[in-house]
Amino acid sequence: MAKEIKLLGTWASPFSHRIELALKLKGLQFEYLEEDLSNKSQLLLQSNPVHRKIPVLIHKGNPISESLVIMEYIDETWQHQNPLLPKDPYARAVARFWAKFIDEKVLWTAFKAYNDKGKEQEDAIEEFSQQLKFLEGELKGKEYFGGERFGFVDIAAFFILQFLRVLQEVKEAELMTEEKYPVLFEWMEKLQGNEVVAGCLPPREKHIAYVRARRAAAEEAASKTKAA
Amino acid sequence: MANELILLDTWVSPFGMRVRIALREKGIKFEYKEEDLTNKSDLLLKMNPIHKKIPVLIHNGKPVRESGIIVQYVDEVWHDKAPLLPSEPYPRAQARFWADFVDKKIYDTGRKIWTTKGDEQKSATEEFIGYLKTLEAELGAKPYFGGEKLGYVDVTMIPFYSWFHAYEVSGNFSIESNCPKLMAWAKRCMQHESVSKTLPDPKKVYEFILQLKKRLGIE
Repeated sequence: MAKEIKLLGTWASPFSHRIELALKLKGLQFEYLEEDLSNKSQLLLQSNPVHRKIPVLIHKGNPISESLVIMEYIDETWQHQNPLLPKDPYARAVARFWAKFIDEKVLWTAFKAYNDKGKEQEDAIEEFSQQLKFLEGELKGKEYFGGERFGFVDIAAFFILQFLRVLQEVKEAELMTEEKYPVLFEWMEKLQGNEVVAGCLPPREKHIAYVRARRAAAEEAASKTKAA
Repeated sequence: MANELILLDTWVSPFGMRVRIALREKGIKFEYKEEDLTNKSDLLLKMNPIHKKIPVLIHNGKPVRESGIIVQYVDEVWHDKAPLLPSEPYPRAQARFWADFVDKKIYDTGRKIWTTKGDEQKSATEEFIGYLKTLEAELGAKPYFGGEKLGYVDVTMIPFYSWFHAYEVSGNFSIESNCPKLMAWAKRCMQHESVSKTLPDPKKVYEFILQLKKRLGIE
């Protein structure tokens, strides 16, 4: 049964964590294959020739790529346990909107806010703050983005925000604080307190060390490019 | 219950075109409101405060935003008329993957073609052709990305056909000679009234980007 479902992922990627959680919530057995992104496996290259990225879900030999696409596939294939998306079409459209917002806007703005310099960074910090306020506005008055139970948007958002908190620690910044975003922080704590969810998070110190090393390497490469 | 549909859109937007094609394929009546993006309406700002972008589909007063999400919404609500997404989970996932590919690659790279010059433009043009070839490979021998009928990926990609002329003139290259299969697919799609009624005259699109370049101060 475990051989039917394979997940190609990496321990540090929030996109990979999303799929781990989705599969666990559905009570599914799966084989997890850790990818070395500096030396991608044949299986990964064959399964996702277009993007060559993780996560990739392989179900009965059929590969699916892009984490939000994978999540919808899991939800549609195993419908009965812990539905991730609501049934109502309008509510589904709203959920898809927020997941897209996180992936296409929040994550990239946050990178600029933490990593850039000068005016670009200032603008990004302002925009990031606005985006977090929008997220809080959507969450306010609810237990989770998904309502009474956590779902698609919670899964999409949680691992990204946890990753950003790690980045924040590495950069010694204070863009996301409990004082500024109490609703978001309360929600994150609630999810961290959930055993299944927490089980998909990497050990914090290990994650911080990893992101620190990657940032240092990226910064060194960037300064070399400038000097060249 | 009366179905009131208002679409906030602009004539030239490939994203807006996706929604119009989907609604027309399904024979759904809607009110079209042309937005002036240099002077956005109060309605648009109220209905999409986060992105302030079109298209927005307002269904009985409730806004649906982001073209791909709107098309999926329309497909789910009017699921019995001309379904755009396949019914089985795996083909649905494939359709979503390829629509995501179009979303990530086509518009931005296309934009580079008409906003840059020299080496940057040449490299954008090569990248663009590369993506079109990837799509051709995915299409294979099928008449449509959706198989025998127009589907989600077809609706997602076909609006860019009205922009091909603008890209070709700007970048001084021919899409037809590089991607004949894709052009054949596009002409096949244009035989559908929902598509031919929606896509603007490519010459008008080219005029539009010339004016836009002037306004943006691009040579």
